Amino acid sequence: MVDVVATNETIIVVGGGISGMTAALEAAEVGKQVILLEKRPYLGGRVSQLYKYFPKMCHPVCGQEINQRRIKGNNNLTILTMAEVTEITGDTGDYTVNVKISPRYVTSDCTACGECEKVVETEFDDEFNYNLGKRKGAYIPNKMAFPQTYVIDPAIIGTDEADKAKEACKYGAIDLDMGEETLELKAGSIIWSTGWKPYDANKIQPYGYDRFENVITNVEFERLMDPHGPTGGKLLRPSDGAEAKNIAFIQCAGSRDINHLKHCSRFCCMASLKQTRYVAEKYGDDAKSTIYYIDIRSIDRFENFYNDVKSNENVEFIKSKVASIEQDENKNPVLRGVNTEGAVRYANTHDLVVLAVGMEPSVDVSEFPVKLVLNEEGFIQNDEANGGIFAGGTSADAYDVNRAVQHATAAALRAVQVVNNISK
Amino acid sequence: MSDLNQKMVEKYKGNFLQEVINNVEEGETMKMCMQCGVCSGSCPLGPHWEYPPQHIFMLIRAGKRDEVLNTDSFWNCTSCYNCIARCPRGVQITHVMHGLARYQKVLGLAPKNQPTEKFSQLFWDNLVQKGRVNELKLGLSLYFMNGFGEGIKTALKNQKLGMAMMKAKRMNPAEMFGGHGVKDPAGFQKMVKKAHELEAARIAGEES
Ligand SMILES: Cc1cc2nc3c(=O)[nH]c(=O)nc-3n(C[C@H](O)[C@H](O)[C@H](O)COP(=O)(O)OP(=O)(O)OC[C@H]3O[C@@H](n4cnc5c(N)ncnc54)[C@H](O)[C@@H]3O)c2cc1C
Repeated sequence: MVDVVATNETIIVVGGGISGMTAALEAAEVGKQVILLEKRPYLGGRVSQLYKYFPKMCHPVCGQEINQRRIKGNNNLTILTMAEVTEITGDTGDYTVNVKISPRYVTSDCTACGECEKVVETEFDDEFNYNLGKRKGAYIPNKMAFPQTYVIDPAIIGTDEADKAKEACKYGAIDLDMGEETLELKAGSIIWSTGWKPYDANKIQPYGYDRFENVITNVEFERLMDPHGPTGGKLLRPSDGAEAKNIAFIQCAGSRDINHLKHCSRFCCMASLKQTRYVAEKYGDDAKSTIYYIDIRSIDRFENFYNDVKSNENVEFIKSKVASIEQDENKNPVLRGVNTEGAVRYANTHDLVVLAVGMEPSVDVSEFPVKLVLNEEGFIQNDEANGGIFAGGTSADAYDVNRAVQHATAAALRAVQVVNNISK
Repeated sequence: MSDLNQKMVEKYKGNFLQEVINNVEEGETMKMCMQCGVCSGSCPLGPHWEYPPQHIFMLIRAGKRDEVLNTDSFWNCTSCYNCIARCPRGVQITHVMHGLARYQKVLGLAPKNQPTEKFSQLFWDNLVQKGRVNELKLGLSLYFMNGFGEGIKTALKNQKLGMAMMKAKRMNPAEMFGGHGVKDPAGFQKMVKKAHELEAARIAGEES
C-alpha cells in the first residue's frame, strides 16, 4: 500500500520531467510539503531521451544527477511513479486529487541486478527509444532511470515468464499480486508539468514519413546517436542498416504552418544545429549535414552556437521550405524545392532525412481531469480562472530546457504563495 | 502606355504592394507570405516560370512593378492548387496568380503570343456569345489559333479522337450551327457588361 499524507498545505506536482522535478524541488526546498506524480516508471521525462543537450552539450545524466542529489537530500518531497491523476475537484487552497497508481510488480527491494531480465524472453517495442528497438518484459526503462527499479510489463503477468522472473529475483522484490491502487490526496495548489510530445510526422504528407524508411524525426535521431540507444550510437539507416553520411535536416516540419502546428517551437533550430554537431563529432570530414530552413531561430545568446556550426564546412544551409520528398531506387530520399536565395530549383539526394518536428502538449484537450484555460494549441494559459493550478514548463508553451526550468520555478513560486496564504 | 496603366502609376506612386492588394483577387493574402518558397517548389510547371510565385511576392513587396507586370510567369498557372494546399500561411497563391494575370490584361500589358493568354481570350469570347461554352467551336478555334495551315494539320491529326468523341456523344456536330446557350443571352450579356463597368469603376477607385 502506498502511504502518503497530504493536507491543503500540500503542493502536488503532476509530471516528473525536468520541469516538474524543478518545480517540486524548488517548493520542497523552501519547506513546503510536495508530492510529485509521474506517469512513467521513472523521472526525467523527455530530456532523458536526448543524447546530449545544448548549449553546453552535456549528457542528460548530468542534470539528472544534480536533481537526484537534491531529491535525496530533502524530506519534504514524496515521489510516486506510474501515477496518473484521474480527477481534480475543489478550489484554490482546497483541492481533492484522485490518483491512479499502476502496478510495477517490483518493490523498492530491487537492486537492479538484472537477473529477472535475463530469464524473460518476450520482447516489446521500447518506448524509451521511440520504438526503434526492443526491450524485455522485465526491464529497467533506461540506464539512468530514477528510481533504479525494474518494471514487469503487465502483458507478461499471468504467464510462465512472470513466474520465471519472480524465481530469478534473489531479493524477493517481485510481487506479482500487486494491483492498481487509487489514492485521494488533498492539496492547496497544483503544478501541472505534463510536458510535450513530438508533433505526429505522419500528418506532414509531402515528406512521406509514413512511406519512406529513411525519413525519421529529430527525437528518433537523438536515440540513434546515443551510445545507449538501439544502434549503440551508430547512425544506421533504417532501410538497410548502412551508416548515413549525407544527412538532411528539415526545419519547421509541421511548425509555423496553418495546416499543422501554428506556433514556432523555438528549440527545433537549436536541436538541429546541435544534431549537426553530433554528426561532425562522430564522422568529421566523412559526413555532411544540410539544414533546410525558413529562418534560423537561435534566440539571444545561442547565436554563438549557430555561428560556430556555420563555420563548419561540412554543414550546409539552404534557405528553403522543402516542397516534397520522393525516394529513389536505393531508398535514398530526394528532396525537392526552391532555394529562395537566388531562386535555384533543386532535387537533392540524401541518405537520411531528419524532420525537425515541434512540440505539442502531451495531454490532449479532452483528457484534462479538470477544466483549465488553454490556448488554441492546447497549452495551459496563465489565467485567474485556473485558481490554484499553475502550468510549469512545456505544458504552458514550447520551451527548451533552460526556459522550461525558469517557467517551472515561477510556477513553484506561485504555488508557494497559495499555500502560504492557507497557513497564515 | 495605356491610359489606365498611366493612371495607376500615378495613383499608387510606387506603392506597388498596395496597388496589388487593391486590384488583384485575394491580393490581401500575400501580406502573410514569409518567403519559405514551398509554393515555388511545389509548382509542377515551376521550371517554366520566369519568376515563381514566392519570387513574385518578393518583387511586389520590393515595388518592382515593371518586372511583375511584364512577365508572363503567372500565365503558366494550371490551377492545380498544390501551392495553396502546402502554403503554411494561407496565401491564396493560385487566385493571386490568376488575379495578377487578369490585372495585367486589364492594364493592357498582357504578353503577346502567350499561349495560355490566347486560349483564355478564345475561351472567354466563346463563352460570352451564348453564356455556355461551345466546345466544338472552341476546339476548332484552338486548332486554328496559329494560322490556317497549322489548323488543318492539327485537325487531321486529331481526327480519330474527334470521331471517338462523337461516337461517345461527347461532342455534337450540330453545335457547329448555333449551338446551345443560356435561356436569356441578351440578359446574360447585359450582366457581363455591367460586371465590366463595375470592375473598371473599382480599379479607377470610383466605387463607394
Ligand atoms: C529532438 C529534440 C532535441 C532537444 N534538445 C534539447 C537540447 O539539446 N537542449 C534543451 O535545452 N532542450 C532540448 N529539447 C527540448 C527539451 O526536450 C524540453 O525543453 C524538455 O523536455 C521540457 O521538459 P518538461 O519537463 O517540460 O517536459 P517533459 O520532458 O515532456 O516531461 C513531462 C513529464 O510529465 C509526465 N507526464 C505526462 N503526462 C502525465 C500525466 N497525465 N500524469 C503524470 N505525469 C505525466 C511525462 O511522462 C514526463 O515525464 C529538445 C527537444 C527535442 C524534440
